[in-house]
Parts: sequence; C-alpha cells; structure tokens
Amino acid sequence: MLTSQIKSNEIEFGSCNKDLLEEIIFYGIGLGADFIEIFIENTDNASVLAEEDYITSVSPSFGRGAGIRIFKDKRDGFVSTNDLSKHGLMRSVSQAIEMLDITDKRNREVFNGLNKHRDYSLSKKTWINEVPSIHEISAKLLVSTKSLKKNNKIITRKGSYSRNLQEVIIASSDGTYASDIRLHQTVGLNVIASDAQYRSNGSRRFGSSGMPNEFRYWDHEKAANDVFESSMNMLYADYVDAGQMPVVLANKFGGVIFHEACGHLLETTQIERGTTPFENKLNEKIAHESVTAIDEGISEGSFGSLSVDDEGMEPEKSVLIKDGILKKFISDRAGELRTGHKRTGSGRRQNYSFAAASRMRNTYIAKGEYSKEDLISSINDGLYCKSMGGGSVGATGQFNFAVEEGYLIKNGKLTKPVKGATLIGEAKEVMPKISMCGNDLELAPGFCGSISGSVNVTVGQPHIKVDSITVGGR
Amino acid sequence: MDSKEITTQISKAAEFLNVKKWDYGASFSNDYSVQVDKGDAKQLKASQKQVLTIRVWNESNLVGITTTSDISESGIKKALNQANIASDFGNKNESTEFSPLAKDPIKVKEFKKKNPVGIKKLLMLLREAEVKLLKSHESIKSVPYNGLSESFFERVYANSDGAFRSFTKSQAALYLYARAEEKNKKPRSSGSVKLGYGVDDIDIESCIKEASNKTISHLNYSPIKTEKYLICFSPEAFLTIINAFSSMFNARSILDGVSLSNKNSIGEKLSTEALNIFDDGLHEKNISSSPFDGEGTPTKRLCLINKGKIKNFIHSESTARIFKTIPTGHAGLGSKVSVSPDWIVVEKSTGDYDLKKSLNHLNYDGEFVYIEELNAIHAGVRASQGSFSLPFDGWLYKKGTKISIESATVAGDIKYLLKNIVNIESNQEVTTSGVSPHIWVDQLSITGDA
Repeated sequence: MLTSQIKSNEIEFGSCNKDLLEEIIFYGIGLGADFIEIFIENTDNASVLAEEDYITSVSPSFGRGAGIRIFKDKRDGFVSTNDLSKHGLMRSVSQAIEMLDITDKRNREVFNGLNKHRDYSLSKKTWINEVPSIHEISAKLLVSTKSLKKNNKIITRKGSYSRNLQEVIIASSDGTYASDIRLHQTVGLNVIASDAQYRSNGSRRFGSSGMPNEFRYWDHEKAANDVFESSMNMLYADYVDAGQMPVVLANKFGGVIFHEACGHLLETTQIERGTTPFENKLNEKIAHESVTAIDEGISEGSFGSLSVDDEGMEPEKSVLIKDGILKKFISDRAGELRTGHKRTGSGRRQNYSFAAASRMRNTYIAKGEYSKEDLISSINDGLYCKSMGGGSVGATGQFNFAVEEGYLIKNGKLTKPVKGATLIGEAKEVMPKISMCGNDLELAPGFCGSISGSVNVTVGQPHIKVDSITVGGR
Repeated sequence: MDSKEITTQISKAAEFLNVKKWDYGASFSNDYSVQVDKGDAKQLKASQKQVLTIRVWNESNLVGITTTSDISESGIKKALNQANIASDFGNKNESTEFSPLAKDPIKVKEFKKKNPVGIKKLLMLLREAEVKLLKSHESIKSVPYNGLSESFFERVYANSDGAFRSFTKSQAALYLYARAEEKNKKPRSSGSVKLGYGVDDIDIESCIKEASNKTISHLNYSPIKTEKYLICFSPEAFLTIINAFSSMFNARSILDGVSLSNKNSIGEKLSTEALNIFDDGLHEKNISSSPFDGEGTPTKRLCLINKGKIKNFIHSESTARIFKTIPTGHAGLGSKVSVSPDWIVVEKSTGDYDLKKSLNHLNYDGEFVYIEELNAIHAGVRASQGSFSLPFDGWLYKKGTKISIESATVAGDIKYLLKNIVNIESNQEVTTSGVSPHIWVDQLSITGDA
C-alpha cells in the first residue's frame, strides 16, 4: 500500500502514469489554461574519446526532468524542472499559470482525459542492453585511431563516440499520451596533418538512430582511409581566390547548403518572427524547377528520424518544394497556432529544458537525372566543394558556410585542391541558381543548433550545380 | 538538498564503495526569461536546474567521472558508482590530481544581492523596450530576436581532501535585435546586448539606442570590391578574433596538437611590442566572473602577451604539472579537463612604439574598412591552421564618409593579422566578452559582391 502511494506521487518510467498526468493537466485547465503539454525525459548517455593510442575520456551521464508548457490564447509559458514529484509538477504548472497572468478561467478547449497510451517504446526496451559496452567501444576506437597512422605527417589522431538514450513521456490536454525510447549513436574520426608550414584537417562523422548494433558494423578502415586521403589532398593546397563563380556541391553533407540557406527559412518559427522571405510565397516559384526538396522523419535509421515528435505527433514526409514551387512549411504546435500552417510532426527540442519548436529532421534535395561528371563538365571555371564544414544563416536570410575540401574546376575537369573557401549568399537569390541535380542522393548526419537547442538531423542531396555564388577566400 | 548535504551524501556513498579519493562540482540555478512580439508576450520561461559532476580516483589512481541532474540520495549513489566503473577506463597516459590551489583563498567580487524582479516586471520592461525601439525609426519594422532574463545560481566545488568552496550570484541580460526594411532594398538587421548583476543594473535605454543606431546605420549600403584593405577592428570584433584563436595560449590545446603554439613558444614574438593581452576573469566589468574554476583553483589575472611576446599559457592542474608550473584557474571539470579563457583584456603597452598614430576610427579620413562585428565564427575559423574567413557587418570609409557594406567576408591568418597590427588606439572599450581598444591591421583580404 505504501509503495503504490509513493509511486502515484512521482513519475515512474516504465509504469503507467496516466492518473498522475491527468490530475496535473486537470489542475492546470482548472486554473484557466487553454492547453497544457507535459514532456518528461529520462536520459542515459555515454561518450568515449580516443586520442593517438589511448582512451583519454569516458564520460557517462544520466538525468531526468520535465518541461511543462501552457498556452493561453497565442501566448505560452514554459517551466522546466528536475523535480518529477506530483508536488514539483503541480508547482511548475502554477508557476506557468502565474507567469501568463491568467485570470480568465474559461478555457478554449475542454480536457476529456488522456487517450489510449501510444507506447512506441515497447520494442525498444532492450536497446540499452544491446548497445556496445564501453570496453567494446574503446577497443574499436583504438583500432580506428591506429589505422589513421598512415604516415609521419599525421600529427593528431582522434576517434570519438557518443550514445544518447532518451526515454520520453508526452501528455497534453488534447488527449495526447505517448511514450518512446530514442537512441542516437555517433562516431567521428579527425586528423591533423602537418609538414613544415603546411597544415590541414580531415574529419568525418557517422551517425544512426534506433539501431543499437550499428556501431559494430561501422567500417572504420574505410572511414580512416577517407579522412587520411582528405587531409593529404588538402595539406599543400593553395588558398582559393575570392570571387563569383559556379560551384558543384558534393552529395551527402553538401546538403548543408539547403539546410542553412533554405530549410531554416521554411520553419514556422521564422514566419512568427517575420524573418523569412518565403512567408507569403506558398505555391509560388522560389527555386529552379530542377529542385524538389523534402523534410521527413521516417527514413529508417536516419539520424533525424523519429517514431513520434516531442509534441506527441507521428512525423510525416513533407514535400517542401516541388519542381521549384514552395508547397509546405515545417510546423509545430505553436507554429500552427500562430501562423495557421498545419503541424508536420516536427516539434523538436534538445531536452526537457527547452520548449519544442518547428525543426528540420531528415532534409534533402531529391535526386535529378545528371551524373556528377555531367555537372563538372558543364563548368569552365569554378569550384568543386567535396566536403563542407559548418554554416549559419542570419536574421536577414544571409548564409555562409565553410568548404573543408575544395578543388578548382578548369575546362570541365577537376584540377588542384584549394583551401579557405567560404560560400556566401542569400537563400532567395541562390535557390533559383541550382540548375542541375545529380542522380546520386545520399544523406549525412549532423547536429543543428537553434531556438530549441541542438537536435539530431540529417542533411542530404545529390551532387548539385549552383550557377553562381560568392566564394570568400583570399 | 544543499551543497553541505551533497558533500555528506557523497562522502557516505564513497565510504560504502571504498572510494577514497573524489571531488565534485555542482551548480544550481533558477532562470526566468521573457520574449515579446509586437507588444504581446510571446514566450515566458522559468527553469530550475541542477547538475552534479563527480570524479573518483581508483586504486590505480585512474579517474572516472559521471554527470547527473538527479541529486537525490539514490542519484548520488548511482553517479558515484558509475564514476567508479568509468575509472577502469581512466587515462593511463596523463594523470589528474586535485588542484594544489583548491584550498587557497578566493577573491569573491562584492556586489549588492539581487532578488528576482519576477516575470511580470521582466515582461513590462521588455514590452516598453520593444515599443521604443520600433518607434525609434520608421524603417524598423520588427524586433525578431529579443529577450530579457534573470538568473540566480550557486556553484560549488569540494573534494575528499577537505576543500570546499561555493559562491552564489545573479545575472541579468537584455538583447534587442532589430530588423529594418525599406522599399526596394534588402532588409538589414543589427542589435545590442547588455548584461548586469540584476535587471535594475541594465541600461535599457542605451541598449535600445545602440540597437536602433546600429540597424539604421546599415540602411544605405553598397557592395564592396574584392581586394586587400586597411582594416579597423572594433573592440568587439578584435576580441572575437582573439577568443576564436585562444588555443594559441591554451596548454591543453598545445598538448593535444591543435594549437599554433608549442611547449617552447613562451617568449615567441607574435605582434608589435605595443600589444599586451591579459586574461582577467575577476575584472570589475566582467559580470560573468567566477572566483574559482572547475577544479577549485582561484581565478586570477594572467598576462598572455606582453609587449608582443607570448608570456604565459592558461592551465588546468594536469597541464600545469606537465609544463612544470601552477594551475591558472581556467579549468573545467571533466574526464578530460578542458581549459578556456575567462575575460580577455587587450591594451596598448607603455612605451613609444612605431605605430601609425594618425589612424583613429573617429577622424581618419583615408580609405579603410571598419569591422563592427564578425559573424559565423564556428563555421569560418580554423583554429588549428590559423586561418579564418568570416562574414562581417561594417562600413567602408572614404574621405570621411562611410557607407555600410552590403555583404562581405574578411579572410586571413591570425599570425599575419597580429604581425600586421599598425595601430592600437588608446581608449579601451568594455564589451560583453572583454575589454579592448580599436585595433588597426593592414592588408587583409575582403571578398565582396561589387
């Protein structure tokens, strides 16, 4: 009897929390909230770092917390806490109500209790026992860093692994009641090559979601060869000359251009702020007719895939741009409320301490009909961007991103490697200039930082040609 | 559970697990913030956070670590146990010990204790600020990024050798980022950030004025030709560059092979003799100061560059031992301890040096590019190679007139930049990330659209 009393007063992962969650939601609705959402999280993470021939860091972490969001009209109040007791959650609800200064106790919607529990975690409860052990990870990372030692120009070798296991419960006053377990694993290799005054970096990252055994199948030899080759190619590279020129962007992580230049501007948070040039362009041409772009959360194993988003909605496949015409925005609950664009299962957050926002998942340009060689041979004087670094987009839509590995194109052929290039432009101006899409679509994992923290995403594209873009250099 | 109780709980759990050597760092915070949208409250946030990081040393003196937000009795036991297990994988190549300075006295800056003003007052103040900013110029159509926040937090460090130190603090921040639009022109955007120990310390009017003036000043813009220019870095821009390449002074980065410096770089000449750079976490204007680092080492002022030459590196306990010196108060707390600068202070050294003193951003009438703010640092800086290529907000000055630069990047090499400093103005300015005068550099590459 005593045990059950204690359990009913604290959220228990793996148990039915329906009565407690309903009680909290009823409490908030009774205080005048239009809508209440409770997001509860339990995490079990680990990361391992190998440098040269040693494991230099093993960092486990675990934690739990709740984020409670209350809407009144179009305003929202968000409170996060580590206290998962009934008292702690009720106090958070009261705090959110007080912040919103709710005096009108009438609700826009009524709460009829939670719907049937959608438990997406049923087949995933064994994942924590299936993921590789720290021993196994350490051994493979050390083999990987060893295989990077291919000549004496490699002065720094690193291998890193991280695992994030997140158990979530989502309940809200529209009846949503779901739980899930998410597993993300990443592994990366980095080198620095040096010879006299010359220096170069090489890096690659691999990632998966929901595949506990994936790290075991990771081909570290192939990855090491790729990283080594990239660093050697760039070691003696000259700096690129700045200017306007046509570029070919490689597939996989080349998709960061679309992610930064256009994807962010199609999130409803940007409409809310009035910072997207595409706000009133639905069903209008915003890109070259060769461009079809997709955002989805359903590709099995992809880094941005989800069974359910952080607002309890199953993710959909959203065709954002079809043959150059803008078809859809990426929307979350607040986005739907404030902009009218229907939710797309894209409400995402780094953890319980962030309110969910409209965020990309697996975002890519669809494949076209050309080969990579077709794209390169169509350029007399330009740049081939084989590997991209990070990038960002400013408040006026201006974007930039670094080219990690670039080659000049002369008379339709790849020539010498060049370093120090940055691609600069504005989405509105660049999208119509993507004139050719290759037939070799591939995806790459990454992390995207924005209003609701850092989330796992996939970027992707086939090889694409941009007719003209500003290349920053020296 | 308060910090004394946590120490007692860890002590008890350690005894049970037969762990004889441990330390921990903890932080507890309560944060409140508001955002507005054209007069309406948009999002109001409150959060209560707690984080505990425990390190344990096993019988082979290898270190294991665990971080948790679960500071219950069971959470602490679990964290200690996990750290103990992780110690089996401790770094055999580089040992870690307690900081020898973890019991030295610390200097805690005195400031008047602040109490939360509450969400309602935050909201009222931000609404008023947004209205004033929107009214300040007809072309300012929105303030898409804005926020007013206040935080109250406690930080603790303790170890099994009896060291215990904690401090509590409050901090408030206001940011206003305006967007201006005019017909047939591209939208322009700029902003301002102000910090204080409490909301009452923040100069809201100057934040509004600065955000407005900066945004309006970029309304008339023009593209710039791609070529090499004489550059004047604003204090903020120069501090951004120095922070981005702070691995040059970072002993951890040197040991990891990702710094441009090496163990023997002390004394190396990097720049004009007129340049001094300090790290001064306890500077009176540093709102974010902390009296001790993650390992409990007291924070102190440290000279990094003296008369153009590297004078000191910043250290953790383990890097200091390797370099045969003492920790400098710049460590984090981790399985592999990170090292980072606190608050950079740039100044002109005393003496009569060969500077072009006629270069003053207020009255020089020759051609130069003024870099107000550098953007996208994470994408455009290659710290291990020394190169950068960064978009910026700024102006082209010609014969006393200035025009905003439409869209451009500045590219170069940090060592080249430091060697080509041609003037350091006398007046230092306080920014949110440090203190610096305006710095002039010759012959840096600008890529523009003209």
